[in-house]
Amino acid sequence: MDTNWPTENWHSIGDISDIPLRGARCVRTPQGKIAVFRTAENEIFAIEDHCPHKGGPLSQGIVHGTAVTCPLHNWVISLETGKALGADDGAVRTIPVRNDGGALFIALESLMIAAE
Amino acid sequence: MAHQTPEKLVIVGNGMAPGRMLEELFEKAKGRYDVTIFNAEPRVNYDRIMLSPVLSGEKAYTDIVIHDDAWYATNGVTLHKGAKVAQIDRAARTVTAENGITATYDKLVIATGSSPFIIPVPGHQLPGVLAYRDLDDVEKMLAGSRDGGRAIVIGAGLLGLEAAYGLKRQGMDVTVIHLMPTIMERQLDPAAAYLLEKALTERGIEIVTKANTKRILGETKVEGIELEDGRIIGGSMVVMAVGIRPASNLAKEAGIAVNRGIVVDDGMMTSDAAVYALGECAEHRGTCYGLVAPLYESARVLADRLAGGEAEYHGSVTNTKLKVTGINLFSAGDFADGEGREEIVLRDATAGVYKRLVLRDNRIIGAVLYGETSDGSWFFDLMKKGADITAMRETLIFGQAYQGGSPLDPTAAVAALPDDAEICGCNGVCKGKIVATITGKGLTSLDEVRAHTKASASCGSCTGLVEQVMSLTLGEAYNPAAVQPMCTCTELGHDDVRRLIKAKGLKTIPAVMQELEWKTSCGCAKCRPALNYYLVSDWPDEYADDYQSRFINERVHANIQKDGTYSVVPRMWGGVTNSGELRAIADVVDKFEIPMVKVTGGQRIDLLGIEKEDLPAVWADLGKAGFVSGQAYAKGLRTVKTCVGSDWCRFGTQDSTGLGIRIEKFMWGSWTPAKLKLAVSGCPRNCAEATCKDIGVICVDSGFEIHFAGAAGLDIKGTEVLGLVRTEDEALEHIVALTQMYREQARYLERIYKWTKRIGVEEIRRQIMDDAERRKAFFDRFVFSQKFAQVDPWSERVSGKDKHEFRPMATVGFSQAAE
Ligand SMILES: Cc1cc2nc3c(=O)[nH]c(=O)nc-3n(C[C@H](O)[C@H](O)[C@H](O)COP(=O)(O)OP(=O)(O)OC[C@H]3O[C@@H](n4cnc5c(N)ncnc54)[C@H](O)[C@@H]3O)c2cc1C
Ligand code: HEM
Ligand code: SF4
Ligand code: SF4
Ligand code: FES
Repeated sequence: MDTNWPTENWHSIGDISDIPLRGARCVRTPQGKIAVFRTAENEIFAIEDHCPHKGGPLSQGIVHGTAVTCPLHNWVISLETGKALGADDGAVRTIPVRNDGGALFIALESLMIAAE
Repeated sequence: MAHQTPEKLVIVGNGMAPGRMLEELFEKAKGRYDVTIFNAEPRVNYDRIMLSPVLSGEKAYTDIVIHDDAWYATNGVTLHKGAKVAQIDRAARTVTAENGITATYDKLVIATGSSPFIIPVPGHQLPGVLAYRDLDDVEKMLAGSRDGGRAIVIGAGLLGLEAAYGLKRQGMDVTVIHLMPTIMERQLDPAAAYLLEKALTERGIEIVTKANTKRILGETKVEGIELEDGRIIGGSMVVMAVGIRPASNLAKEAGIAVNRGIVVDDGMMTSDAAVYALGECAEHRGTCYGLVAPLYESARVLADRLAGGEAEYHGSVTNTKLKVTGINLFSAGDFADGEGREEIVLRDATAGVYKRLVLRDNRIIGAVLYGETSDGSWFFDLMKKGADITAMRETLIFGQAYQGGSPLDPTAAVAALPDDAEICGCNGVCKGKIVATITGKGLTSLDEVRAHTKASASCGSCTGLVEQVMSLTLGEAYNPAAVQPMCTCTELGHDDVRRLIKAKGLKTIPAVMQELEWKTSCGCAKCRPALNYYLVSDWPDEYADDYQSRFINERVHANIQKDGTYSVVPRMWGGVTNSGELRAIADVVDKFEIPMVKVTGGQRIDLLGIEKEDLPAVWADLGKAGFVSGQAYAKGLRTVKTCVGSDWCRFGTQDSTGLGIRIEKFMWGSWTPAKLKLAVSGCPRNCAEATCKDIGVICVDSGFEIHFAGAAGLDIKGTEVLGLVRTEDEALEHIVALTQMYREQARYLERIYKWTKRIGVEEIRRQIMDDAERRKAFFDRFVFSQKFAQVDPWSERVSGKDKHEFRPMATVGFSQAAE
């Protein structure tokens, strides 16, 4: 995970305990929703909440291993790369996250530039 | 290099790390230093990691001393016992202890270790609240345990569990409180944690997970604790084992750079060139270590530096073992799943073994071993070396001694069943009987076994298991038909899994995965919802529904739509409504600007296009008008359509509306393998279309004709007739019993018509129509399960359940953008 971002671009989004194990929560940003996942192993990932297939909300899917199955038509998306796994083709953007002993941050540099 | 006058080396702290460092130093450069040690503890250097065996009574203090008084004398080391250093004066190069002793140094080593973290909840200063760090703590625990009673250990990490085990051995009742859902979550994956929790529970240690301590109770001493959820646990001792903090204060006050620990470079030097830090108090490349092995590695580096060498410390890979007698546990490295990572999982349910290796680029990067840890050091070694394991990949998991072995026997789970385990539920045939009949009568085919034992002769869902019993008994001679596995995580089919859940009394998803030897550590989106259903269905009172294993609709109790909004369908019992309900719906539609209102095929009203965040508010308003969830999203009872029947219709023979409402009120809330839709028509004209439903009733003059196994979706199929009954009560009993039979026997996502096709109409009629006792038993089990299932999910959520599902976690970036 890229942790060399300038500190001002890290946005606090809450605590790891806000997300259920093998679950996800959304974060609203000016450029749409970001889905923040917590795996069974307590790893945190953030990706766009927008399935590459037909835009399904990935944050609502079932989390298994480091992948999520989209609730609309069962595409399986890797949380690490944002890429669709198996036979399907497509990808969503991944967002850098930082976990400081449970306090979570996401990096939004590109979003900020776009929003200004 | 010979030195005329020895330099003065002062060490603050006399723990394991400086102890090892001195041994190395004396080997390399004896006589170079005049060594003085200050130790806050009033004793010599002992093996701290062996405190747990001292607590449990398996060892005595004298057994764990590393350096006795004679060692200090021989090596000319001055040891000030019970002398806690209060201050370092870097300008004068002196340290001063609380008791006034001062020493001058040329080189100083700070090795103050860590301090246990005490959660500052109310009551944490009461006598009887203890930490677990040194021999004094152990002595306090031993003294406290003499009066018996209950000890409460907060924190189920390595230390907490060792303390719990020791106190149990000393005769106390022990409860461990843990914040996270699984124990030792930093060292173990959930599968291994399940096994450990089971083993500790078997040893009489009570474990409460997902529990947050609110305060410690008691006036003058500990009397118990109160949890955040209001639960109270009584006890006379509280041991806090929730973590450690590097003891870096002394250095910080002296103006030495401190982050979490005292910052050192690769030569263990602090920001002051005359001062080194070693052990748990040091922070190297951002990491503070809390285990002995890495500390010993850095101790060797420091010894070399002090002897004039150039050695460098580059960080360590660590592994953990739990020291609880009879429990073998090993974990090392990074064992999370991930992209480009593969896992090899081996489970041997009989022996209670779980092994998992995580690989990346054909190299081991993590390992969790439970039950059988003898290969831990071999795996750890391969991992540290980054060895390419391609050549031995197939047999790697079996360990060093087992290269070239055969893969696991798929019949292991059945082999492990006791003789009295029930294999065939329909006919109540146990494993022992099947085995005895096969051998006694020399049976060789499935049909013979069916004929002689009746096992698998009824619904047939136990066929897979019966065949496995045959394989076990007949060996190579028997070749069972292939079973379609549930998913790629297991070799077992749905039916086998369902039977084994019952036969082995498996009551959690990790339990199923371990005991049935799942090939993945946490399943997939196919098997998890299925297992969750089977467990809900089989253990209605005991199983805690795993929401993260449910599809989104069942998690948020609404139907997700293509644009990510939701639809909400309130129950309209039997399709009957009134002006008050319609007005309430109209108000909700206006208030939340609901874009679409549609009458469904199930005789109720669908509100579409609602934002997820609005769901609880919509439900709150609907709830005020008396609506509950229509469960239009559930693999469960959906609707009971009715016609107006004898109350209004000139053809009506019975009160079809009344019966429909009665059935719906009886059955709502129940989970089923797939959705379940019913209908009741008041006469054979069948206006409620009951003959294409999962279960339908056609009222006739002489009573109620019960139908089932219809379909009007992807497949179209008219119903089968179950039979005719005289009274409404009987109709209800038969319908409920049929539903329960379906709930217990069908595969997840299998509609009732497919299940019927598989096991046969005759068999269902036999069990429901002809066997009154069995019917009654099905009925009773359904009623029991409804006690736990009939809770309106909407009102639960209006009162705050699962809040996190309906709110974004955060909103970021907007205010800055506006500026
Ligand atoms: C119960 C228990 C079980 C453990 N089990 C394991 C295990 O199985 N495997 C494993 O690898 N590790 C285990 N550990 C961790 C291991 O014991 C520590 O990592 C190791 O002892 C740390 O060594 P250290 O020298 O840094 O600090 P310590 O051994 O803690 O020594 C620090 C010493 O400095 C003294 N001190 C502190 N401040 C001052 C001061 N200002 N002046 C003078 N003296 C001071 C302290 O009193 C203490 O005696 C266990 C720890 C405990 C408590
Ligand atoms: C993602 C998939 C589906 C969604 C979201 C969905 C949604 C719905 C909804 C909201 C209703 C109204 C339900 C009610 O009144 O309780 C409905 C009715 C119905 N659906 Fe579906 N459905 C889905 C798949 C299917 C499938 C696969 C079938 C056929 C096999 C099916 C057959 C029906 C039928 C027959 C009705 C009318 C019910 C009745 O008259 O009792 N649906 N569906
Ligand atoms: S099914 Fe029979 S009783 Fe019911 S409405 Fe139709 S005609 Fe009337
Ligand atoms: S029939 Fe097809 S399109 Fe229409 S609601 Fe059902 S699943 Fe959706
Ligand atoms: S939108 Fe995600 S699978 Fe179709």
